[in-house]
Amino acid sequence: MSFTTHITDVPNDQVAITCDNVTISYGSFEAVKSVFLEVPRGKVTAFIGPSGCGKSTVLRCFNRMNDLIPSFSLKGRIIYEGQDLYEPKVDPVEVRRRIGMVFQRPNPFPKSIYENIAFGARINGYTGDMDELVERSLRRAAVWDECKDKLQESGYSLSGGQQQRLCIARTIATQPDVILMDEPCSALDPISTLKVEETMHELKKEFTIVIVTHNMQQAVRVSDMTAFYNAVAVEGGSGKVGYLVEFDETANIFNNPKQQSTQEYVSGRFG
Amino acid sequence: MTFSSPNFSTTSLHRKPGLLRNRANAAMTAVAATFATIAVLPLIFVIAYVLIKGITVLSPSIFFELPPPPGLDGGGIGNALIGTLVVTLISCVFAVPVGVGGGIYLAEFSQGNKFAEFVRFGTNVLAGVPSIIAGVFIYGLVVSTRVLFGNSYSAVAGGLALAVLMLPTIIKTTDEGLKLVPQELRWGALGVGASTFVTTMKVVLPAAVAPIATGVVLAIARSAGETAPLIFTALFSPFWPEGIFKPLATMSVLIFNFAIMPYEAQITLAWAASFVLVVMILGMNIFARWISGFAQR
Repeated sequence: MSFTTHITDVPNDQVAITCDNVTISYGSFEAVKSVFLEVPRGKVTAFIGPSGCGKSTVLRCFNRMNDLIPSFSLKGRIIYEGQDLYEPKVDPVEVRRRIGMVFQRPNPFPKSIYENIAFGARINGYTGDMDELVERSLRRAAVWDECKDKLQESGYSLSGGQQQRLCIARTIATQPDVILMDEPCSALDPISTLKVEETMHELKKEFTIVIVTHNMQQAVRVSDMTAFYNAVAVEGGSGKVGYLVEFDETANIFNNPKQQSTQEYVSGRFG
Repeated sequence: MTFSSPNFSTTSLHRKPGLLRNRANAAMTAVAATFATIAVLPLIFVIAYVLIKGITVLSPSIFFELPPPPGLDGGGIGNALIGTLVVTLISCVFAVPVGVGGGIYLAEFSQGNKFAEFVRFGTNVLAGVPSIIAGVFIYGLVVSTRVLFGNSYSAVAGGLALAVLMLPTIIKTTDEGLKLVPQELRWGALGVGASTFVTTMKVVLPAAVAPIATGVVLAIARSAGETAPLIFTALFSPFWPEGIFKPLATMSVLIFNFAIMPYEAQITLAWAASFVLVVMILGMNIFARWISGFAQR
């Protein structure tokens, strides 16, 4: 199988993050190969594809979360606001303050709901009215009504869906520029999922959002642009290598894909 | 439609105790249970013997009095009680920061490098070092060289010897306790822009307080009863402690010295001290279990 790809260009002044020939390896194993991608600013970009295609891997490179894996290495460039994120002088902590992340499983800190929000803001040097920030963040994450009466209770006292929205609130409280979401709804029930999606619609007015999802309906519902990744077995290699197949407006990906494998995936014939 | 199957109707499904497999099973269970009983018997006998022998000689006054000079009656183990507390406290001052700090390095910062592997291996070896070796080591390092402001035998030397014994337990439980903290929690903190230091101090460490505290308490419980490392570091003293740079009495050394004396009063005190020491260590173990109960909640 060949690496044929179809990429739609985003106008230069609207690009938030650019992947320039990015290849990601764990040890000698190449997980994702030759990704060229431009994430537009102020929009929701969805990454879809079968398991093991590297969509989460690419996402986690955007805020250098993969640094925590010792064998990880990256070739190519990821450019955010004109700066290469993987330049040796770049501090990953600074990157993560600009590019926040929401994870697959809700992971509130074992602290009170209030402290969960205040923690990030405080370490980012926020000196304004903390009560006001906590309320505003929780409101924007659509979880304020459920926890306004128990701000001093543990974050664990909330349900899974509420915890995930608490984590979103925690991320927006640090006022990042970009929010990455790694399958944020995969551990949630349909009603919580819907609430998180509504939250996303609100958030994209201010933030650039990149979301990895296994749920194609979700990609259709929330995203403006969609990137489809696939994995192919490589000759002589030990496993499959992921690559970007197609990147286009969501409507085009689902209704009028340019690549055969995209067509097959979105119509449910594999994956 | 009919099936022709083997005729089971005559065979009952009831258990037949007479079968070889059932008899072998019962025999093996009995053998295993016997060995398990034998394994806990020494513990029960030791504790029961010490309790019976010790509790009969126990009176409030022995907690507040000095041991009598040889040949006289009465007296108490007050100085040894204080001495044990002092030496244990000193050992904690050395072992807890180093042990917890080392454990944090291994679990959070080393990323499994060669040095960390070496430290983990070294910790395991240190855990197996006989306690008298720790005593000799501190004797050679501190006592015979008189580095502590010209003092030879001292409470600090005893505390150092015990600290050497406590270190492996504390390092290991800290390391293991931190490894139990879910990785997602670290991601969450890093994801909102926390540095590794802040993540560790403010998020990961508080989440692992219970297992770490358990390890510290267990280490104290183990070292509080040690005799060998104290004999030639803290030595002994028939008087009240005179300061942390002077020799002082401890419970375990008092038991060692008094139990083999030919005087009834001293032997009685040795039993009383044994009783108090066993109860202290038992209490500490129960306390440790109680702390670790928090972690499971």
